[in-house]
Amino acid sequence: MSDRPKPEFTCPTPLPSKGTILLGHGSGGKLTADLIREIFLPAFQNPILARLDDQAIMSVDGVRLAFTTDSFVVQPLFFPGGDIGSLAVHGTINDLAMGGAQPLCLSAAFIIEEGLPMETLSQVVNSLHHAAESAGVQVVTGDTKVVEKGSGDGLFINTSGLGVVPEGLCLSADQARPGDGVILSGSIGEHGIAVMAVREGLEFESSVASDSAALHGLVAAMVAATPTGIRCMRDPTRGGVSSALNEIAAQSRVGMLLDEKTILVREEVKGACELLGLDPLYVANEGKLVAIVAPEVIEDVLAAMRSHPLGERADLIGTVTEAHPGVVAMRTLIGTTRIVDMLAGDQLPRIC
Amino acid sequence: MKYLDEYRDERIARALVAELHRRVTRPWVLMEICGGQTHTLMRYGIDELVPRQITLVHGPGCPVCVTPLEIIDKAIRIASKPEVIFVSYGDMLRVPGSESDLFRVKAAGGDVRVVYTPVEALKLARANPQRQVVFFGIGFETTAPANAMAVWQACREGLRNFSMLVSHVLVPPAIRLLLGSPHNRVQGFIAPGHVCTVMGYREYEALAREFHVPFVVGGFEPIDLLEAISMLVAQLEEGRVEVENQYARSVNREGNRPAQAIMQEVFEVCDRKWRGVGLIAQSGLRLRPEFAAYDAEKIFDVAEFSAEEPAECISAQVLQGLKKPVDCPAFGRRCKPESPLGAPMVSSEGACAAYYQYRRVATVS
Amino acid sequence: MCLAVPGRILTIEETKDSRVGRVQFGGITRPVQLDFVPEARVGDYVVTHVGFAISRVDAEEAERTFRILRGMGLLEGEGPESRGESNEQDRAA
Repeated sequence: MSDRPKPEFTCPTPLPSKGTILLGHGSGGKLTADLIREIFLPAFQNPILARLDDQAIMSVDGVRLAFTTDSFVVQPLFFPGGDIGSLAVHGTINDLAMGGAQPLCLSAAFIIEEGLPMETLSQVVNSLHHAAESAGVQVVTGDTKVVEKGSGDGLFINTSGLGVVPEGLCLSADQARPGDGVILSGSIGEHGIAVMAVREGLEFESSVASDSAALHGLVAAMVAATPTGIRCMRDPTRGGVSSALNEIAAQSRVGMLLDEKTILVREEVKGACELLGLDPLYVANEGKLVAIVAPEVIEDVLAAMRSHPLGERADLIGTVTEAHPGVVAMRTLIGTTRIVDMLAGDQLPRIC
Repeated sequence: MKYLDEYRDERIARALVAELHRRVTRPWVLMEICGGQTHTLMRYGIDELVPRQITLVHGPGCPVCVTPLEIIDKAIRIASKPEVIFVSYGDMLRVPGSESDLFRVKAAGGDVRVVYTPVEALKLARANPQRQVVFFGIGFETTAPANAMAVWQACREGLRNFSMLVSHVLVPPAIRLLLGSPHNRVQGFIAPGHVCTVMGYREYEALAREFHVPFVVGGFEPIDLLEAISMLVAQLEEGRVEVENQYARSVNREGNRPAQAIMQEVFEVCDRKWRGVGLIAQSGLRLRPEFAAYDAEKIFDVAEFSAEEPAECISAQVLQGLKKPVDCPAFGRRCKPESPLGAPMVSSEGACAAYYQYRRVATVS
Repeated sequence: MCLAVPGRILTIEETKDSRVGRVQFGGITRPVQLDFVPEARVGDYVVTHVGFAISRVDAEEAERTFRILRGMGLLEGEGPESRGESNEQDRAA
């Protein structure tokens, strides 16, 4: 058996990104990475940003603060398992939590398209409030802008979050080491499929709800189990588990070998993916995390995760390797190995 | 999922591979013609499992990738019109035309929508009577009945704002072209299981007789493909030339008669250009004259529009095994996956893109 | 090419010019045109491509591969597990 993994199959290969911004630039895949590398990093270059983590961590008078911001443009605004309001809270808290931080407070800015029903806005705002309250976080500042009809898609929300990182905890995507375990907190792809299920043109009856959830409680349990054994964490949102792991592999200059059999996919997600020709590894999650942990604490971390409601189905899905740095490979269901590459843009339903 | 999971079983794969190793005594070159099967071979790394004597050659890709440049350019022109809702299967959006693709049309304000089924395009036409709904009717024989049904249904309902940009292709003429080349290396074919589900496999019996080459109609899961390869090797080793059916749970010799009937009612056979291959006689389907009112090429007056493929592309020779991708002066320079000159570079599992990508992986590892 | 997936027919609705089934694929269902498979009944599996059933799965043929392998003693008498009918969470993509 060859030890060189096979490249990811994409068909057709897309045109390069020149001239204009495409939707794919927001997909969390290669196009997004290009944009960050070519436009944003050169403009803002500084050591905190250069870490390219989901949150910035800086020391202020001895306190290690985590700071993050995230914008939400989901369509439709309401989907099974959540809405743009709850998603904005969960997404921002999760970006803080992936740095090991416990959230302190949030901001919320609303960009509203002229003509949006007041009832819709108040439903979203109530949901946002409820999600923040359940997570034990307050929205302490905000902003409102209204744009002309046609300049926005109903409602966009931006949320920023501030959190505190416990003493001694230092998580970063460049810290994965060969021999570490790759842990996934549960089944994948539910958010992406739940949203797709209610979109025009791809309609199917499905009981799958978005997994949207705030993960700081789960993270606290993991950190309590091992204050030093966790190297880094990511919430695999846009671009799915594949993009999250590829980012870590690239920044830590290590390889990874996953085991397809251990990656949990619910029957609803599986059915939708088979039908549309999608790979669940690239479908978005909003309530899952991947963690790279030192080999000696794998069992402790798994035990802590499994005793938390959001990590009941947590499992070890692979290991970090010295071989093929920057490349995530996977042992397939039939025992062969292939590359799990980052996609260039969004996954599209395909017929062939 | 029933009829999928059991065909992805490692234990059964190992048993089939062991059987294949026992069967093979000499080198054989096999081709799978269907992009869906190529996809499975790549996704499951099946080429690592088969004995070294077996060379798997990938066919010209999928119908998406062989859709000729000028049809993509026509689609882009039509989709750019403000009155049009352009409706397509998802994978067509990325295929590069001469200068752009449908994604860029969408980015520039064109109303381009992805659907799973042509039924949704009809719904869009009914719901938007003031707009022109144009469906991009591409695909092999598998997709043709569904697309034909949409046109037939629109005709029956008298929907005046629905039309189709048709660029269907047929598999057997492409195989005939490959087999007719004096330099053909392919000794056995895996016939496309879903094309044969619709068409049956009589056409492949004629090809087998004419060119003295065995076929096995194969399914799309790893176990299906391993079994199909094993059956082909058995034929070759034993000197038999037959058309065998590995995918009998879906395919029978006559195919799907109701599906063939609607195809024949709506479409007629025509000559068709294949991207990267050139014109293949009698290898396409177009709307019959009775359905001209639903022909987007006529409605939007793009029928005469043509685009020349870059002359320096040698893909026709690559596909016939006459030249290797690296023999092409444009390979890796003018022609890359991001800026392809021909079909084998458009599809990432096309021969040229595969060479390009393996090179990248070799560098990375 | 040609992505086509087997699903199980839950119900069938016939109108004057079409035959549409609700078909289950793993944990989801969606409408599928059954015009090309007039022989298909509720409970049958149909191979579905772009929203149209193109064949009814022949259950006996589907068993054939596994039967042959068993006959050759390659599967030690066991068959593959059939995991398709449940909505339980299921390992593996």
